[in-house]
Amino acid sequence: MSILVYIENVEGNFKKSGFEALSYAKAIADTLQQEVYALSIGNVENTELEKAGKYGASKIINVQQEQLKNFVNQAYASIIADIAKSTGASTIILSNSFSGKGLAPRVATKLNAGLADAATSLPIIEGETWKIKKTVFSSKAIATIDLLSPLKVISLAPNAYEPSESPSDIQIENYTPKIEQSDFSTIIKEIVRATDKVSLPEADIVVSAGRGMKGPEHWGLVEELADVLGAATACSKPVSDAGWRPHEEHVGQTGLAVSPNLYIAIGISGAIQHLAGVSSSKTIVVINKDPEAPFFKVADYGIVGDAFEIVPQLIEALKRYKSN
Amino acid sequence: MKILVCISNVPDTTSKITFTDNNTAFNSNGIQYIINPYDELALSKAVELADGGKANVTVIHVGDVASEPTIRKALAVGADQAVRIDAPPRDAWFVANQIATYAKTENFDLILTGRESIDYNGAQVQAYIAELLQIPSVSIAKRIEINGNEATIDREIEGGKEVLTVNLPVVIGTAEGVAEVKIPNMRGIMGARSKPLTVLPAVDVPALSTISNYETPTPRGAVTLIDKDNINKLVELLHTEAKVI
Ligand SMILES: Cc1cc2nc3c(=O)[nH]c(=O)nc-3n(C[C@H](O)[C@H](O)[C@H](O)COP(=O)(O)OP(=O)(O)OC[C@H]3O[C@@H](n4cnc5c(N)ncnc54)[C@H](O)[C@@H]3O)c2cc1C
Ligand SMILES: Cc1cc2nc3c(=O)[nH]c(=O)nc-3n(C[C@H](O)[C@H](O)[C@H](O)COP(=O)(O)OP(=O)(O)OC[C@H]3O[C@@H](n4cnc5c(N)ncnc54)[C@H](O)[C@@H]3O)c2cc1C
Repeated sequence: MSILVYIENVEGNFKKSGFEALSYAKAIADTLQQEVYALSIGNVENTELEKAGKYGASKIINVQQEQLKNFVNQAYASIIADIAKSTGASTIILSNSFSGKGLAPRVATKLNAGLADAATSLPIIEGETWKIKKTVFSSKAIATIDLLSPLKVISLAPNAYEPSESPSDIQIENYTPKIEQSDFSTIIKEIVRATDKVSLPEADIVVSAGRGMKGPEHWGLVEELADVLGAATACSKPVSDAGWRPHEEHVGQTGLAVSPNLYIAIGISGAIQHLAGVSSSKTIVVINKDPEAPFFKVADYGIVGDAFEIVPQLIEALKRYKSN
Repeated sequence: MKILVCISNVPDTTSKITFTDNNTAFNSNGIQYIINPYDELALSKAVELADGGKANVTVIHVGDVASEPTIRKALAVGADQAVRIDAPPRDAWFVANQIATYAKTENFDLILTGRESIDYNGAQVQAYIAELLQIPSVSIAKRIEINGNEATIDREIEGGKEVLTVNLPVVIGTAEGVAEVKIPNMRGIMGARSKPLTVLPAVDVPALSTISNYETPTPRGAVTLIDKDNINKLVELLHTEAKVI
């Protein structure tokens, strides 16, 4: 038996979340003494495909077809399910990315498998029952999901599992699937991607700012700090509601939930709805002029003071640190 | 055009989340329930598309009778009728099967959900419904435009968006940007009382998963305050102690 891992690529480069999923799969496969097979769909070069071997895959199935160059929800789901069947996979692992969220339920339905979505832990295996954790109530709680079905689909939350190398000889197997035309019902007109920016859902470091920044004209400071750290930028809800920043930067209970290694909150009070989406970050730094701001209660490090004085100093201090 | 809007009934965002029965069940004692905020966007978009008669909007909810105030609120916002599938919403697979079973009998052109519920945060129901109905879906949409039989959708992707077109019927999960949230007015609230709310029995669905335990995250230790005149200290701690830079 085997574990099948679908690895996403962006313009031919595998995403970090794919290596997280592979490492996660490898850990399970070692316990069960199974093989890890990777699956790539799209135009990915052999040198990139071979990288799956570094994280423990013994084979990568390479599906390369003009029609499949970009993500097509239904077609990709059909391919993943078909390959799961033909390779006899007992477990299918993918990333809980924006595309993954559309794939996992479809793959699970096709295979009559239970789905653990946004998994944050390795399974505890008790015979056919696998116990897997995920955050619920927007990070206010953690639930243990018991997967009861023989076949299992797991979509791994980004940043939840550290990729670790486990080199293995890898064989590349090219495969041409047969897909129904009805699986190509969505037609992509345009893909707009900010290439100069770190993507927020996957970022290791997030610099986030709130109403304390006073207005959109001050965001240069936030962006400069993010640049020095190689971080993504985020904001509180009122900031995106006011149009100071785009909606996709809004984090919290009704925005994106993020769990980076480092979350820096500048001029954000720390309302319960904001904390809901960020509190599972590993380290939290709060910069706020009000010592009573609720955010300090959930922070690891805090600086009380005016962001307009502190942030420029922090940028300088980080530049000095980076140049050493 | 016939639109189905899926409504989830969730704890108010300020709720303190606790559990009962030896941490195996959510403690709903004293909890105020609201329409899932993303579902409000879906509903608002549907009502906007209907624009007083251009489409017929049904809201559907899987849940017990206690959710009826939430359903009535959805009717007050402007849906034409409501359906409640009378069963506790056991999990996303169960909920999606109920909705798909109902949708099969009605031939909707558009099925809208929220991008995810703010309680179980699955973002699964939409793709499950679409797969069960064998129709296309977009899990997270930031813009929806309908032109005749074609929808143009901005799908959220990491670090950007993808603009795509698809023929109806389609299932779409809505995120911020698709519509302005509509607040019910007095006329809507009065009218909602007499709009049809049909209660249907649930179909049997074998369970593929179950939640066996809940816990609350371990609280962080006390904050380390750093003097604003000693910013270097923060950089040092982030490097040596937190090991994040
Ligand atoms: C249903 C619902 C859902 C919601 N969902 C979300 C959500 O998903 N995400 C979210 O963020 N919010 C959400 N909110 C809003 C939330 O309740 C708060 O209103 C919001 O988070 C506050 O944003 P803020 O911290 O930027 O602004 P404020 O609360 O106004 O805080 C500004 C902070 O900046 C500090 N400050 C001011 N000037 C300076 C300075 N010069 N230097 C340093 N600090 C300074 C102040 O001390 C203050 O703490 C939701 C609310 C509701 C009702
Ligand atoms: C008493 C109780 C017990 C529960 N026990 C479990 C459990 O053991 N395991 C478990 O996984 N979940 C459990 N749930 C959660 C509940 O079943 C979830 O609402 C359901 O799993 C949907 O999944 P989700 O919240 O992840 O939805 P998502 O996939 O995040 O929801 C996406 C969209 O689907 C639609 N939708 C979601 N739920 C409904 C609904 N009920 N009716 C109509 N449309 C809806 C909404 O438009 C929503 O925006 C329980 C809920 C209750 C009230």
